[in-house]
Amino acid sequence: MSRQALMRLAHFSLAVLLVAFGFAASATEIPLSERKSGYEFMGPQSRAMQDDDTANPGMLSVFDGEALWNAKTGATNQSCAGCHGDATQSMKGAAARYPAFNASRGRPLDLEGQINLCRADRQQASPFAYESRELLALTAYVARQSRGMPIEPTIDARTQPFLDAGRAIFDLRQGQLNLSCAQCHDDQWGQRLAGTVIPQGHPTGYPQYRLEWQSLGSLQRRLRNCLVGMRAEPYAVGAPEYVDLTLFLMWRARGMKFEAPAVRP
Amino acid sequence: MARALINVPAKAKPGEVIAIKTLMSHIMETGFRHSSTGDAIPRDIITSFVCSYDGAEVFRADLYPAISANPYLTFFTTATKSGPMTFEWRGDNGFVAKETAEIVVE
Amino acid sequence: MKRSDEFPQASRRTVLRSGSALAACMVLAVRPAKATPDEMKAAIHKVIGEATIQTGKVHLDVPPLVENGNTVAISVSVESPMNAASRVKTIHLFNEKNPQPNVASFHLGPRAGRAEVATRIRLADTQTVIAIAELSDGSFWQDSAEVIVTLAACVENM
Ligand code: HEC
Ligand code: HEC
Repeated sequence: MSRQALMRLAHFSLAVLLVAFGFAASATEIPLSERKSGYEFMGPQSRAMQDDDTANPGMLSVFDGEALWNAKTGATNQSCAGCHGDATQSMKGAAARYPAFNASRGRPLDLEGQINLCRADRQQASPFAYESRELLALTAYVARQSRGMPIEPTIDARTQPFLDAGRAIFDLRQGQLNLSCAQCHDDQWGQRLAGTVIPQGHPTGYPQYRLEWQSLGSLQRRLRNCLVGMRAEPYAVGAPEYVDLTLFLMWRARGMKFEAPAVRP
Repeated sequence: MARALINVPAKAKPGEVIAIKTLMSHIMETGFRHSSTGDAIPRDIITSFVCSYDGAEVFRADLYPAISANPYLTFFTTATKSGPMTFEWRGDNGFVAKETAEIVVE
Repeated sequence: MKRSDEFPQASRRTVLRSGSALAACMVLAVRPAKATPDEMKAAIHKVIGEATIQTGKVHLDVPPLVENGNTVAISVSVESPMNAASRVKTIHLFNEKNPQPNVASFHLGPRAGRAEVATRIRLADTQTVIAIAELSDGSFWQDSAEVIVTLAACVENM
């Protein structure tokens, strides 16, 4: 089967989905008590892989991140640890609060953005490329310190406009299929799409080890995949729209437990 | 240096059968795939794994491309005496990685 | 670690990047050069020679339905006293439809204590997996299992 044929197949299954379920024009929000992490839609095998640190391949990156955390680098020859000390203390809960407003940038930054900011401004080293091994590893290490903690981004007068922008993207019907994120993740969760269960789309476990990717990947990578699936033009790598969308998704998942590095099929 | 995760009980009684788990970071490129430009992507896999302990090879594995990325192996051995367990992975392109883990047997 | 090689240039990862990943994934799922049941038989013959294989003793544990063929947890245990007089020497894993029939061979030392191994394997398609144990008395035992791989493995574009 050619790639085009597979694309057609995927297209076809989406069309079937559209007809079969009859998408509502506007989606309804999931009541807080009915929210479920993607973990709950997985089979026992994938759950076991996430639950056991010695079996979760995402932990390989966490340990890489620990080494990077302690390595002196940049023009200042400073390590992350040099300023932040023991990450198991200083970074506890940090990832569960991101994206967070950054005054110097005048907008929220996601965790990757904050880490790269420290790298550029505090260590005076060149920022890591998005999706690079190093950025994923440091993010995974910092994120791991929030495991089990409730997600709680700060929504105030400064972040509200960005939350609204993120929500607008989530509700926007876009792409050749004229679908919105909400139509799948608010309205059709639990249904099957070409064999895959549509989860509620919560960002509880990033960076995450996806069996499909066979590696760790960021939430931005996941969001790009969804946009491509909608036949929409993905935003440029590192674009602010992803941060707004992430802020909205984190708010939508407020109170849910952070579980990075998660495993997903 | 490639990163590995090794899970060996810190302590065991003599004669106790213990579980050992290892996870090694490696892409395990099968050699059967093609890039988007149509070029064959050369094979790059781990081909062998050996665990030695108390003067003997206690477990060895020959691996093929069907082993998943970041190879995960669990197996058993009998605790005999305190000391290091050594682990060695070898593969294509001269890949070699070695790790040790200490166990106290008393 | 070589994983970063996957992303040599961050700036080029847009639609194209996802497209190529989809293509790569496809190759894994529907590549033409598949091993055949005959090739698996040949590979097994190479290991056991003229010996006959009996069914029993071996227990192959693999989920009947997997969410993604890239990573399938599999474990094999063999009933055996595992002492000097009688033990399992080797456990071989084979598959029918990957490009190569061999999956792995595990050689257990005399001090193994328990004949049980676990790993994670790739299955390109719905197929039969076979585990064969070679005992110290020269006998061979096997178990097999059918695994259904849901093709939704290929969803980098979803
Ligand atoms: C020279 C000191 C310094 C170094 C080195 C440094 N940081 Fe920071 N970091 C700060 C300061 C100060 C803040 C407070 C927020 C701000 O103004 O950026 C901060 C904030 C953070 C936060 C947000 C914490 C929170 O609770 O919101 C994270 C995450 C972080 N740094 C990660 C890192 C990582 C990872 C490294 C190494 C790559 C690093 N930092 C290196 C000084 C430093
Ligand atoms: C056609 C339905 C569909 C649309 C539209 C869609 N997604 Fe998804 N999304 C999925 C499916 C299916 C998965 C799960 C894929 C898998 O795990 O194999 C998923 C996964 C996710 C996840 C990962 C959840 C986890 O547990 O890690 C997030 C986050 C997400 N989507 C966000 C979005 C956003 C944001 C949009 C809009 C830009 C969007 N999705 C549009 C179907 C959709």
